[in-house]
Amino acid sequence: MKTRNFLLPVATAGILAITLSACGGGGGGTTSGSDAASQGLDGRGPITYVQGKDNSNVVRPLIDKWNAAHPNEKVTFKEQTDQADQQHDDLVQHFQAKDPGYDVASVDVVWTAEFAAKGWLQPLKDKMALDTSAMLKPTVDAASYKGTLYAAPESSDGGILYYRKDLVPTPPKTWDEMMSMCSIAKTNNIGCYSGQFKKYEGLTVNASEAINSAGGAVLDANGKPNLLTAEAKAGMANLTKAYANGDIPKEAITFQEEESRQAFQDGKLLFLRNWPYVYNLATTEGSSKVKDVLGMTALPGKDGPGASSLGGHSAAVSVYSKNKATALDFLKFLTTEETQKFFATQGSLAPVIGTLYDDKELVAKLPYLPVLKTSIENAVPRPVTPFYPAVTKAIQENAYSAIKGEKTVDAALSDMQKSIESASAGQ
Amino acid sequence: MATEVGPTSVKAPASGGAPIHHAPKGVGEDNRIATQGRWAAWLLAPTILALSVVIVYPIITAIVMSFQKDAGLDPATGLFVEGGPAGFSNYYNWIFQQCPAPDGGTVDCPPGTLGAQFWSATGTTFFFTIVTVGLETVLGFWMAVIMARAFKGRSLVRAAVLVPWAIPTAVTAKLWLFIFAFEGIGNKLFNTTVLWTGSEWPARWAVIIADVWKTTPFMALLILAGLQMIPAEVYEAAKVDGASAWQRFRMITLPLVKPALMVAILFRTLDALRMFDLPYILTGGANNTTTLSILVINQIRQGFNAAAALSTITFIIIFLVAFIFVRFLGANVVEQQTGAGKGKK
Repeated sequence: MKTRNFLLPVATAGILAITLSACGGGGGGTTSGSDAASQGLDGRGPITYVQGKDNSNVVRPLIDKWNAAHPNEKVTFKEQTDQADQQHDDLVQHFQAKDPGYDVASVDVVWTAEFAAKGWLQPLKDKMALDTSAMLKPTVDAASYKGTLYAAPESSDGGILYYRKDLVPTPPKTWDEMMSMCSIAKTNNIGCYSGQFKKYEGLTVNASEAINSAGGAVLDANGKPNLLTAEAKAGMANLTKAYANGDIPKEAITFQEEESRQAFQDGKLLFLRNWPYVYNLATTEGSSKVKDVLGMTALPGKDGPGASSLGGHSAAVSVYSKNKATALDFLKFLTTEETQKFFATQGSLAPVIGTLYDDKELVAKLPYLPVLKTSIENAVPRPVTPFYPAVTKAIQENAYSAIKGEKTVDAALSDMQKSIESASAGQ
Repeated sequence: MATEVGPTSVKAPASGGAPIHHAPKGVGEDNRIATQGRWAAWLLAPTILALSVVIVYPIITAIVMSFQKDAGLDPATGLFVEGGPAGFSNYYNWIFQQCPAPDGGTVDCPPGTLGAQFWSATGTTFFFTIVTVGLETVLGFWMAVIMARAFKGRSLVRAAVLVPWAIPTAVTAKLWLFIFAFEGIGNKLFNTTVLWTGSEWPARWAVIIADVWKTTPFMALLILAGLQMIPAEVYEAAKVDGASAWQRFRMITLPLVKPALMVAILFRTLDALRMFDLPYILTGGANNTTTLSILVINQIRQGFNAAAALSTITFIIIFLVAFIFVRFLGANVVEQQTGAGKGKK
């Protein structure tokens, strides 16, 4: 009697809790977005735009401008954190919950395939088609999956080779040329070359660049790993050799973007592979020792410009959006020449429209644009695969071991190959 | 959770009810206890509800998910499709380090997959736990003994000691990342050129040093609380009997502080077993500093269901360690409190 009296409220609470949370649960697995993709195509009304932290205040003025012109289709800005991983996980959670409140999302180029394969992104075809003829081809490729465009290229990014104008008379065009100039670094008692070789996403960027620049590829056209080639081996060997003989300084395996920039700005490196953002800081920061001697050129390749890894973001429409017609208009608005110019001047974001790179006014403001154009034109998107998180881990893990000399290049590439095969084998 | 509620609520009327509350002995007592019990249960119900929502439900969901296969890609459409029931294969794959093979079966996980890191991550987790908790206990004890003495500025020292503990771990990790950078103050100070985050043992020591710096104060405070429970008379008596300082420490301080010490070690051990942010920010898990928690987070990005299995395994490991502590090493959190209450009376 006593026990029953006691247990009753507790049990009620427990059952209520389970029921409550079950209601909130739902989802959990993957959904084929095919039904959702055919709905809301003509919907117009207010939408939400989701993007990572708007550090240089470019998004808000743009949205204000849009809202003034479209009072009935206002855009609300949902700002995420400035951490890429957290942005990714936030998008996954909302897509998985089929949240109609995430109408348009800014998607990192490396997430496009994953999200598209999960069926979360609205294919931009038929009624939703978007004209991409003015855009740089690699940026369009990076926003496509299996031949279908899933997002509007919004901003781009490519690697640039920074060098010391005072020490290097003519910038190197090929990797071998650059390595032959390392004697200059030795006589000046500084490091020769560095990129980002810490075990993180930046290493995937640098290792893929090495492989692609030597004519290899991480994945073939069908998305299968293709690392057991002479070209891939030559590319990886370029890095491991340079690290072993000291042309890449030993501390480079602890470098992310910022550490490598710091080393270059302190005058400790002859060549640096980094993103365009370095230009502004290296030429304006008071502590910079390379202010007046900063040279820029395209990444060195096998016999010409190398293949940069592509960075940047694309804007995608969620299949769960109810106002897709408005969303598509907003995508078009984001990719107009005017908007792209604003992105470039206000936020130093590389435009996706080719002609802007030759715009005199822009080039005066952002002198790296011509070099960046070469870089992006020759860029290869990082492996476009829905298994990107596993592929990037496989590259990082094995490239790191190879650079440190714990593994031969052959072993590292074969382990990379097997890991990627296994990742994409999942049933 | 539900099991914990039973004994405590039953105990409440049994131990505290009769003597403290001025209940008249006799006929009404049985009834009163029953009423009180029901009343207590209703009062507890909101807590149970909240706990079920935030603890029981996620744990059950995780366990259910761990028996599902991760979504696979349909090569024809290029879209992911539901994986279906998996039985124990997710658990089996982690423990025996098996990964899917291109032809459908499984192979030993090649280096570069997360599956290949399970046992090394388990080893790393325990290595960190044993070394950091060991160092923290010794240093924490030392700090507690100092703080227990009466001296000028004692409260200032006590407050200052807490500073590392008060800083969020992510911030701590960033601070130490700067210190351990190649051009950082660590190398400058000792005029060395160690790649702290770039080679295996330095990377491990970097994590250990940062963790010890951060959490020793926690240990020190818990031990300090234990030290202050020891009455001064005991020491005086021992002194009169001619016990040396070492004997007083070994025969009086240690046994009397043991309950508090065990609880402190238990807390720290459970904490260290799920260490995540420090190595994640400091080394990114490179050079054998990947703990089980880092592995879980990495796996979440590759497939929820395998990650659910891994977190269940981690949960079981931590649970077993806690069980061993409570059962065999006498770290009894609950008894400790009633003991203290009795002592005060």
